[in-house]
Amino acid sequence: MAPVPSSTTSTITLNINGEKHHLSVDHRTTLLDALRERLDLTGTKKGCDQGQCGACTVLLGRRRAVACLTLAVAAEGREVTTIEGIADGDDLHPVQQAFLELDGYQCGYCTPGQICSAIAVIEEHAAGWPSAATDDVRPGPTPPPLTPDEIRERMSGNLCRCGAYVSIVQAVSRGAQAHAESRTAAAEEAAA
Amino acid sequence: MKEFDYRRAHDVTGAVALLAADPDARFLGGGTNLVDLMKSGVERPALLVDVTELPLDRVESTADGGLRIGATVTNSDLAAHPEVRRRYPALTQAVLAGASGQLRNMATVGGNLLQRTRCGYFSDVSGPCNKRVPGSGCPAVTGEHHNHAVLGASDHCVAVHPSDMGVALTAFDAQVAYESLDGPGEMPLTDLYLPVGDTPHRETALPPGALITHITLPAAPVTANSRYRKVRERASYAFAIGSVAAALDIEDGRLRAARLALGAVASRPWRARAAEAVLTGAPATGATFAAAADAELAVARPLPDNGYKVTLMRNLMVSVLTELAEGDAR
Repeated sequence: MAPVPSSTTSTITLNINGEKHHLSVDHRTTLLDALRERLDLTGTKKGCDQGQCGACTVLLGRRRAVACLTLAVAAEGREVTTIEGIADGDDLHPVQQAFLELDGYQCGYCTPGQICSAIAVIEEHAAGWPSAATDDVRPGPTPPPLTPDEIRERMSGNLCRCGAYVSIVQAVSRGAQAHAESRTAAAEEAAA
Repeated sequence: MKEFDYRRAHDVTGAVALLAADPDARFLGGGTNLVDLMKSGVERPALLVDVTELPLDRVESTADGGLRIGATVTNSDLAAHPEVRRRYPALTQAVLAGASGQLRNMATVGGNLLQRTRCGYFSDVSGPCNKRVPGSGCPAVTGEHHNHAVLGASDHCVAVHPSDMGVALTAFDAQVAYESLDGPGEMPLTDLYLPVGDTPHRETALPPGALITHITLPAAPVTANSRYRKVRERASYAFAIGSVAAALDIEDGRLRAARLALGAVASRPWRARAAEAVLTGAPATGATFAAAADAELAVARPLPDNGYKVTLMRNLMVSVLTELAEGDAR
């Protein structure tokens, strides 16, 4: 029998990794619990469930957000991308590839959140956003260099209890290089 | 968490009307504080009115050369905005000093100003707290208070306001525009937060059910030479134990104009008017900066375990003002 709609539940459509999912949710359900408990998308991890650890980081549109403080009902109408939607079929995303090659993890629990966050960090930086590690926040002709200090600051919302930070910083740096190269290639193709 | 109804508002009038229909309703912005407080049982709304789709997501220049910032502009968009970075750099620095990239993408300007204190006694529903349960007592006065207020507090509450953004906005004479059932209204940000007194549960001067719609920053050339500096217990992603937003306009070695506000020292972002009075017209020297800091902190009333904050804030003010003066001289 279909659940009876009430003022404390809603039937919603979530757009996740390009696929539409229809479900009835109690308004208290977070996006994180909807992903994991209702849609079997368990790549997104629950760490603190208080917005402090970043393990549940997903992309809303092209921006990173924590799924544990996002209500599922409030995510209706947004394009949600989880770690399951990052790769292009069997081809890993360059940031995934960089984490793999550089061993950017130990136990792996925080890794889906780290990767989703890193993908957005690279785009934010390419768009010229400053960070708290940027000396001069006034607009300049090019983004501030993505130094290890910049990466550490921009990634500070993702904790790694194994302490794999040294290789995480390297992986984000390599992912950013790959992103820049693909942009250059795309620009050359467009100009040709 | 208590069950609740959820509605999405599509216009400001509708949002205010929806909220007014239920005394236990709350506006939902990014949810980074409210949802967390609902999980811990501090907030138990019967209805959430989601305001994130309201047309309040623009940062626009005003006719007089200031900025008008919509209440649902995200912290990220505010910090990245070219005009904020160019004309009010301390505001960008303050926003970027707060929370994490994920939370700044979610959190709104209006929500940032109305976020609640992170005092551990406030969020622990098993114990007393005058802010959460009026008249129940303040365990922080005799308990864990190393990060509590040294300015403007009372025996009833010594919690601090956690916003970084609000400190820069306070220094820059921000005005808060709101909409209530009685129509639109406006007040200086310095008047938004009520004195603590014996009513710490009454936090703002907004009319009941009012929705913050915009923040307006007046044009002021002094703000272009501004800086925000935050001290915390780790290098990133932590609340302040003390912060300073400052702006200086120096001509021929004298301070033509000064703006100064302090964070994490009071129940509200603290406009340092006593310090500004010392600075304005005085020579831009270390002695002036020290005298200004001392003037502001003369009314500080530290608790047994947070006296360090008085020294910290004095040094922080002198350091930031010195940096600004040196930067301006270059």
